[in-house]
Amino acid sequence: MSTRADVCAAAIADAFQDDGEIFASPMGLLPMLGVRLAKLTSNPDLVISDGESLFLAGVPPLFAKGDVVEGWIPFRKVFDVVAYGKRHVMMGATQVDRHGNQNISAIGDWAQPKRQLLGSRGAPGNTVNNRTSYWVPKHSPRVFVERVDIVSGVGPKLAKEAGPAAARYNDIHRIVSNLAVFDVTGAGDTLRLLSVHPGVSVDEVREATGFELDVPADVPTTREPTTEEQVLIKEVLDPKGLRFKEVPQEEAQP
Amino acid sequence: MTKGPRDKRMSIDEVIAELKDGMTIGIGGWGPRRKPMALVRAILRSDLEDLTIVSWGGADVGLLARAGKIKKLVYAFVSLDSVPLEPNFQKARQEGTIPELVELDEGMFQTGLRAAAQRLPFLPMRAGLGSDVLVNQPWIKTVTSPYDDQEELVAVPALHLDVALVHLNRADQHGNATYLGPDPYFDDLFCMAADRAYVSVEQVTDTAGLTVDTPVQRLLLSRMMVSGVVETPNGAHFTTCTPDYERDEKFQRAYAAAASGGDEGWAAFSARFLEGDEAAYQAAVAAFREEQA
Repeated sequence: MSTRADVCAAAIADAFQDDGEIFASPMGLLPMLGVRLAKLTSNPDLVISDGESLFLAGVPPLFAKGDVVEGWIPFRKVFDVVAYGKRHVMMGATQVDRHGNQNISAIGDWAQPKRQLLGSRGAPGNTVNNRTSYWVPKHSPRVFVERVDIVSGVGPKLAKEAGPAAARYNDIHRIVSNLAVFDVTGAGDTLRLLSVHPGVSVDEVREATGFELDVPADVPTTREPTTEEQVLIKEVLDPKGLRFKEVPQEEAQP
Repeated sequence: MTKGPRDKRMSIDEVIAELKDGMTIGIGGWGPRRKPMALVRAILRSDLEDLTIVSWGGADVGLLARAGKIKKLVYAFVSLDSVPLEPNFQKARQEGTIPELVELDEGMFQTGLRAAAQRLPFLPMRAGLGSDVLVNQPWIKTVTSPYDDQEELVAVPALHLDVALVHLNRADQHGNATYLGPDPYFDDLFCMAADRAYVSVEQVTDTAGLTVDTPVQRLLLSRMMVSGVVETPNGAHFTTCTPDYERDEKFQRAYAAAASGGDEGWAAFSARFLEGDEAAYQAAVAAFREEQA
């Protein structure tokens, strides 16, 4: 039986398996692990970077230096790729709402927030230009809220309301949490439960979510990583177990 | 004797003397990377006030916010990378001490600088549509394509600057300048968006020295974009200035701890590091490094 972190890594890898030859842009540790896992298994055509300014030809372990460089991707060229569209970003989210809007800007009123976070960063541009997914390491009603305080990342409903130029390339693909996997194809462009991780019940996910989820009659269990994937995660990509800092080992169910 | 282009070398104080209350100042670099920190520290020591600061923000924004220098801030994010949230910026936002704020998508920011650099009132862009960037900045308008598609896009307003401050690795005395690290960031755009641009560098070399050991493509700034050149060794500290030096993580942690604590702790940090001139700062940093070793 694999750990919860390994299940999450495989679910993230699955989010990138059909992307073809595009720039996979993971923000955070588990997304980086999942993207590299996808590149070593289901989608070797993925283009990956060191998170700074270099495209890497190989698939190095997390935070390793010294891989062969296959390209240059300084920030100014990242913005070109965003507009070009051949990119799939997986961002974090301090809040995600029922309509797949995301907030990383601030909590509370924008004019004088209760808690200032990063600011909108590239979320507005990402979500109207290229495929976007989210990773939530601690699924709770504080993250999954009815309505985000500030819309940084734009969900499909708001994109449609903003007109064809906003909706044309809006593509919120997957939301992966430590409990489950979602997309935004529920009724009225809402969050729909795609699968629950092994050992997690649908009711548990409902209780940890601050709005009514679209739940199909039959909810499958998120797949277990294959033996090959488990070896790649444990021996190659993350031998130090950094993933357990985001999703603790104890979360794995017997 | 043949005439050459003029010598633009200046001191830090001479740059600060060119700045006025109420100016719009663009600060180059990115987050905690290659920021013109020696010039930012000099603004802190000055009596300048009511500044509009335009920055992909790091500690430059945090320090100026804590000192009450900012009347208006144009930003897309403020981060120290290894410390994700900038404590002085957080404090200023949560206490409401920055009177005017403009929060953009980080790509809109580049487009705004491009518009200013091209002397255009705006440039169209998709970023911002549907997001609260347009809700919280209701003065940002959209523009409709005059062609058959009739797409309605964001008309990103030009981010025109009175002054740009940037830090690079090397320059000659005329203002030709190279970055030697992996990313130019947007320092050329900052300079072109500004009426006047001042570049601080690790080292001033002769012109031939700029391309001795690095490709010509690294010459980011031409002297026609630059009004003044200041030699400030370690002048990006505590941000990165690859390959001359990397971020001073220990110092950044001390900064972040002081900024997140009470006023007393901040006053002590400020007294130790920020109240003397640049030479005093560098001496205090050297002493700090020895303590930590």
